[in-house]
Amino acid sequence: MTFDSFLQNLANGISLGSLYALIAIGYTMVYGILRLINFAHGDLVMLGSYFAFYGVSMFFLPWWAAFIFAIAVTAGVGVVMEKVAYRPLREFPRINLFTAAVAVSFLLENLAIVIFGGRPKAFSRPPFLDKMLNIGSITFVSYTPIIIGVSLVLFVGLILIINHTKAGTAMRALSKDIETTGLMGVNTNKIIMFAFLLGSCLAAVGGILWAIKFPQINPLMGVMPGLKAFVAAVLGGIGNVGGAMIGGLLLGIVEIMLVAFFPSLSGYRDAFSFSILILLLLFRPTGIMGEVQPEKV
Amino acid sequence: MLLKRILNVGFALIMISAVLLGCTPEAEEPGEIEEIEEVVIGVYEPMTGAQAAGGVQTMQGVDLAYAQKDEVLGVPIRMVLVDNRGDKAESATAMTRLIEQENAIAVVGSYGSSNSMAGGEVSEAAGVPVMGCSPTNPLVTEGKEYYFRACFIDPFQGRVMAKYATEHDIEKVAIIQNISQDYSVGLAAFFKQSWVELTGSEEGIVSETSYQDGDQDFTAQLSDIGDAQAIFAPGYYGDAALLMKQAREMGFTGLFMGTDAWEAPELVDIGGDSAEGAVFSSHYSAEAATTPASAPFVEAFRAEYGEAPSAMAALGYDAYMLVIDAIERAGSFDREAIRDAMAATENFEGVTGYITINEIGDAVKDAVVLEVQNGEFKYLSTVSP
Repeated sequence: MTFDSFLQNLANGISLGSLYALIAIGYTMVYGILRLINFAHGDLVMLGSYFAFYGVSMFFLPWWAAFIFAIAVTAGVGVVMEKVAYRPLREFPRINLFTAAVAVSFLLENLAIVIFGGRPKAFSRPPFLDKMLNIGSITFVSYTPIIIGVSLVLFVGLILIINHTKAGTAMRALSKDIETTGLMGVNTNKIIMFAFLLGSCLAAVGGILWAIKFPQINPLMGVMPGLKAFVAAVLGGIGNVGGAMIGGLLLGIVEIMLVAFFPSLSGYRDAFSFSILILLLLFRPTGIMGEVQPEKV
Repeated sequence: MLLKRILNVGFALIMISAVLLGCTPEAEEPGEIEEIEEVVIGVYEPMTGAQAAGGVQTMQGVDLAYAQKDEVLGVPIRMVLVDNRGDKAESATAMTRLIEQENAIAVVGSYGSSNSMAGGEVSEAAGVPVMGCSPTNPLVTEGKEYYFRACFIDPFQGRVMAKYATEHDIEKVAIIQNISQDYSVGLAAFFKQSWVELTGSEEGIVSETSYQDGDQDFTAQLSDIGDAQAIFAPGYYGDAALLMKQAREMGFTGLFMGTDAWEAPELVDIGGDSAEGAVFSSHYSAEAATTPASAPFVEAFRAEYGEAPSAMAALGYDAYMLVIDAIERAGSFDREAIRDAMAATENFEGVTGYITINEIGDAVKDAVVLEVQNGEFKYLSTVSP
């Protein structure tokens, strides 16, 4: 492999990885607070791209308005999901919450098949995201730097929210102990809802960017990215926002590089990237950035 | 305890009687045909999922055929469609449902070779005759007594495209296959085999890579193609569209070659400008009618759907009509008799060509080569086996 094609693959890997990272952050935030793996998170990604699609094709919104519309509606779905499916179960054993998450995921997927139709739809990119760029011998499309840039900005923004706002402080407190935080006068329901809101917004942005990169949307498109992002979150250390970012990037780059270095293994890409996950977890059970937390009783 | 035991025995009795009741229709005498209120012809197709466009197109043809012919031997037909979601496990379930619940006497389907192979295991065990519309992998009918098809098979299709490439001065080609689909893996192998026969060596194949169902990123596979002049990607339309888009974005300027699963509007909707100039083999083009039955079919199809029929629709129409033809020649609703009649199909005047089922259960037919021009599939040429 030449150095040029290495750089080309690196660019491809980073842009795929930033998408995983965006989605992984949503997983990790919810897990950090509720110890819930929200399996429906991948389906929020799908909803985000569909809402953007319909914003443009049905309501004739300009692309930026359609994107804002999609983010808002997806965030709404995320909040409703928490309120209807997760909040009533919060006091019960965690397995109930877990089962509810799987149920919500299937519900959203099948609703999408019924409402949006089972055939894949073509997502049209805003024209400025469709230009070819060349840096040296690397070729990429203008959406690549946008995806990386948007992910970076959102990541920094999220870190600022978590570390420097009241709501963020409350979220961090919740992740240590929900009951005690409640006793301190924090409205726990509101903060958990806020976490879902943030996570859903990121999922929607992830969905829109995903559809820009892979302009084919279908009701099951969220399943694989959701699974991969979950893996990325675990890889980085679930519950840790920075870890999710690193895990996502790493997974994206590893996936691309694996095929690039071993073309004959390309059909088994997932098997290999998941094997790496297993190996890593054998040696670092808490992931790259994860800290050992005492199990709460 | 005693109560529980009584309940258990009761349940067992109910189950046994249900099984016995379920068997009675098969014990019917041939003379009782007049008393049958309806017969069920099952259809299983991917109506949702990644292959949905293929299933929906096929159903356009099947629905049209059903509208024209909704009774056989004087008995009304009830057509039952089950969605197999383009999934192997779902296909087996769909077939089981058609046979056990709906008591279908014959089945039509399915788009997607892997779907048909999974369904075929079930129909074979149950002894239900199936007419495939567009599954092209040889293994769909090979070694199966009850599975037939209205289309040609992949060794031929692979040769058509290999021939097209060599005739158009392509010396270096990259193959990208979907390793989860028997259809794609088979075609990649047959293409390579024909390529070697035609050029005398494997040298022209500069890269062979794979992806899986659900993969959307093909940049790594595409970075391996080197100086290939053409990419042969025998996957489904959705993957192909994304692949073409990404290849063009990475600066590839050569030719895209594919096979019949590319024939779906989504190839152009999603692929956009990148799909322009792509060529692929298929079963049929409305522009190149082959039998007297073609013209009225195209007319009826246009009247119903306002567009020219696709190859999948035409094959769906033919597959349904082949089933009706077999039932009529069998003169009964007995599954064995229908199977034998299907196997004996000779010179059936289909809209996609004259269909004769050979000893394996396949139709031997011409292929057409289509090209994407201004977002439409244009007929280029016909290739005979």
